[in-house]
Amino acid sequence: MFMTRQVIKCDENKDHPSESPLAKGGITGEEEKHDYQGAKMGMWMFLFTELLLFTGLFLLYSTFRSKYSQEFHAASAELNSAMGTFNTVILLSSSLTMALSISAIKEGKKHLSIMFQRLTIFLGLFFLVNKYFEWSAKIHHGIYPNSPELLQRGKGETIFFGLYYLLTGIHGLHVIAGIILLTVMMVLTKKDRINREVFIKLENSGLYWHLVDIIWVYLFPVFYLIS
Amino acid sequence: MTINSFYNTPGRHTGILSWILSTDHKRIGILYLTSMFSFFFVAVILGVLMRLELIAPGRTIMSATTYNAVFTVHGVIMIFLFIIPGIPAGLGNFIMPLQIGARDVAFPRINLMSWWFYISGALVILVSLFTGGGAPDTGWTFYVPYSIMTGTNVTLAVFGVFLLGISSTLTGINFVTTIHRLRAPGMKWFRMPLFVWSLYATGWVQILATPVLALTLLLLIAERLFGFGFFDPSKGGDPLMFEHLFWIYSHPAVYIMILPAMGAVTEIIPVFARRTIFGYKAIAFSSLAIAGAGYLVWGHHMFTSGMSDMARMVFSFLTFIVAIPSGIKVFNWVASLYKGSIELVSPLLFTITFIFLFSIGGLTGLINGALATNVFVHGTYFIVAHFHYTMFGGTAFAFFAALHFWFPKITGRMYRESLAIKAWIILFIGFNVLYFPMFILGLEGMPRRYYDYLPRFQPEQFISTVGSWILAAGLAIMFYNLISSIFRGEKAPGNPWGGSTLEWTTSSPPPHENFEDLPVVTGGPYRFGKKE
Repeated sequence: MFMTRQVIKCDENKDHPSESPLAKGGITGEEEKHDYQGAKMGMWMFLFTELLLFTGLFLLYSTFRSKYSQEFHAASAELNSAMGTFNTVILLSSSLTMALSISAIKEGKKHLSIMFQRLTIFLGLFFLVNKYFEWSAKIHHGIYPNSPELLQRGKGETIFFGLYYLLTGIHGLHVIAGIILLTVMMVLTKKDRINREVFIKLENSGLYWHLVDIIWVYLFPVFYLIS
Repeated sequence: MTINSFYNTPGRHTGILSWILSTDHKRIGILYLTSMFSFFFVAVILGVLMRLELIAPGRTIMSATTYNAVFTVHGVIMIFLFIIPGIPAGLGNFIMPLQIGARDVAFPRINLMSWWFYISGALVILVSLFTGGGAPDTGWTFYVPYSIMTGTNVTLAVFGVFLLGISSTLTGINFVTTIHRLRAPGMKWFRMPLFVWSLYATGWVQILATPVLALTLLLLIAERLFGFGFFDPSKGGDPLMFEHLFWIYSHPAVYIMILPAMGAVTEIIPVFARRTIFGYKAIAFSSLAIAGAGYLVWGHHMFTSGMSDMARMVFSFLTFIVAIPSGIKVFNWVASLYKGSIELVSPLLFTITFIFLFSIGGLTGLINGALATNVFVHGTYFIVAHFHYTMFGGTAFAFFAALHFWFPKITGRMYRESLAIKAWIILFIGFNVLYFPMFILGLEGMPRRYYDYLPRFQPEQFISTVGSWILAAGLAIMFYNLISSIFRGEKAPGNPWGGSTLEWTTSSPPPHENFEDLPVVTGGPYRFGKKE
């Protein structure tokens, strides 16, 4: 039933071009560690789990918004939409620099790539600093989960600001995770572990960064622009 | 053990580190098996204590508060530490790469990381039992509002379960990628063993459902720490939201538990009936159908919680739909045995028991899934009996079957068949004596999770407790047999059962690289001629 690999390798290749890479006789031993398609596939599935996590949060948001649409409308007006817009621009620019760093490494321009990675990290930090000021201003006005001020304003606004802190908070944690990830990538690029030939780690980190960016693109309108 | 076995190839580290830092899928599989059976042992003891408390009305050996903690911890350990990782992470890790003719999984280091998440989650849960306000007493479902109000250590326990969720998701991603990318030359999709198909379906459920559990648990932690109010009506929240989010994961999770078990018995039946499986594609697609439809039936846990009639009817209808692919599988297993030349050895005895007990569990599931009867049995012992018949009688018996079946491959030794059959008889009797009276208790109106009961329930409660002793004795004999055989059993040949899937073509235990030469597959997985 089973023959050794050497005997049948050649005709198997011709017969089943659509099979897995092993069937094509493509990947063995050392090469398995650099299975580009496999790494990409795993990353996309991971991104999907992240997306599902936020789907649950958006489910919570939409249920409560349909219940308290008036209150959500009113509470949203209190958010600083200029600040939100500014942060959106920052994150979108960081996605650009992220993409540029990958293009640079693909052309073998190591230092350019590191420069763009550094820029991406800087923009991510900038985003967090803005977020910090935004949150502190709100907390200063007594608006935070379970605060007396908020409870007195009624159910709808309590839920709105609860969701605001929860969703932007979890998103913020993802930005921090992305910054840590990119810092590691920068070190790996410096050590030439990420290079012109092997750049899947940087590319996957880029995918993660874009995901964090896209989630913000949805968070921004549902909180800042519904008033 | 042969010289060229993975036991003799420790890799970079030595001693215990050669296990807990190994990226070899076989070593990781054994790490999972040993750790999860240790937790299983703890939960069995808790279960026996719980039954002992219920032997007579009133206080017997523990207080009501302790009883609440005991059934919660029994449930949390059995569900999250034993039966969810159970077959996929333990046996799946060891067997699946062998069955598709791969050298390892797609991401060996992430595989090791999954085990570390698993063991950290387990340790966090264990710590939560003895610190803070004491062991959680909410039941394994952590329902709000009680889980937010109770002073026990729910926050830490829930964080432990969150870590276990990460472990499960990563395993799912790893397995799906492995099955897509690392099949041996010629191993087309429809030449894969059905155990691999079931792990593939399970992998997708793990990927698609677990993030929702992670979110639900995060919300519960946030609620306890900051008091957002999402589940608190006085702050505008809704406790039903928790139940929805919880069951969106936890119902698909029962298919994470049962699908690999179904896959394992599908491997065992053809080998001991010595004929090909009946309806290969039907079994493969029914795994995917169960995974797909199982995602949409969570509402049947909430029929009495307050939902619109329309929603309840849709959820009830979909629940009946899930019974169809499950029924297809049962028919196919029985049809595979028909006219086979059956060898009635312990793995097959456990398998047939699985079919019998799982059928009882599955059919009583329809009684729970029908709206009118659900109102009658909801929250009674009937439910307890039903899920023990599916989870213990189903998954755990299939797990035992698979453990005996692959024992020679994993350890390189044979167990004592006569003792295995004795253990099987005792387990079968003990199981039914323990859980069947619960169906009757449930129909008579005994509510689940109650510490005390009316004297009229005493006869069934007493029989059930006696059953728990028989079952525990059976487990003790089975594990004594398996563990002592690791050291004293006869050496196993590469293919002791005459199996025809790839894992039997390599030596027992397999070498570090799994195969001397990567195999090339030229036909389906179940082809039997004369036994070698």
